[in-house]
Amino acid sequence: MADSHAASALAHQFEDLDQQHDAASLGMWIFLATEVMFFGGLFAGYTIYRNLYLPGFEAGSHMLNVTIGALNTAVLICSSLTMALAVRAAQMGKRNTLVAFLILTIVLGLAFILVKLTFEWRHDYVEGLAPGLNFTKTKSMELFFCFYFLMTGVHALHMVVGVGVLGVLLVQAWKGRFGPDRYNAVETAGLYWHFVDIIWIFLFPLLYLIGGRY
Amino acid sequence: MQGHVVPKKIYFFVFGALLALTALTTAMAYVNLGQWNTVVALIIACCKATLVVLFFMHLRWSPRLMRVVLLSAILWLAILISLTTTDFFSRDWTPIPEGWESSQLRLPPLPGSLLHRR
Repeated sequence: MADSHAASALAHQFEDLDQQHDAASLGMWIFLATEVMFFGGLFAGYTIYRNLYLPGFEAGSHMLNVTIGALNTAVLICSSLTMALAVRAAQMGKRNTLVAFLILTIVLGLAFILVKLTFEWRHDYVEGLAPGLNFTKTKSMELFFCFYFLMTGVHALHMVVGVGVLGVLLVQAWKGRFGPDRYNAVETAGLYWHFVDIIWIFLFPLLYLIGGRY
Repeated sequence: MQGHVVPKKIYFFVFGALLALTALTTAMAYVNLGQWNTVVALIIACCKATLVVLFFMHLRWSPRLMRVVLLSAILWLAILISLTTTDFFSRDWTPIPEGWESSQLRLPPLPGSLLHRR
């Protein structure tokens, strides 16, 4: 029984489950390498303009709410923990634990996006900080807010995609599709989720903490 | 075959360290270190990213091939940022538009420098 289950989990092009698992992870790692280049372009542009217009970037950064930013960072780190624990539950074949941790991860991810939308972007718009729409401060501050909205926006888009992927996994986990022989989908989704977390780990100090707050 | 199951304790330890480093990076923003504020913030961010990659993303227990992919990504990122910034900061490529407050962080032209043709 164990053998036939293992055989059904193994796609015919792979020698064994180990190789299948490594192939899946390697694919995700290569995709993440392309994502590093995608965000790298934004970070390079940010570096250049931050050095050209440091006063505007500092003033713009000081308009952001550090407390909300730091709390949202903590929310994202919590979601990374629950994601790691979800992968662990899948590895050990604990269906109920897996479902619970996937739900927790989705809830934390949605909480992050909601805080971003309601407490930050909406607030920025009301304050007249939306570039191109109603910006009322200096030109170089507007440039900072262009980077701010673009970088946090693209990051949030990645979160939305991640929540969608986790939603699909949740349905499959509910049906009991995952187990010790078959958890590659959870693991690769976890790699993606942690990567999005890492992007935020760099965005938080680079956007919220420019020039210090003393 | 269930791969390497990481003990829960490790996950919670890494989680605690990540939260502590988040608190630290926020607190350091309120300490005046001059230009070193950014450096400290980036070092802390790199530490956090390393923790996530090694433990949450299981790189510590992954085959070398995965590490090569990550190292190549870091290498390309380093090329992208270092070569672009050296070009931008050693030549006067970006004129500052009228009315934009700019920082004069760029090096003043050295006498006889070929890099600065005015």
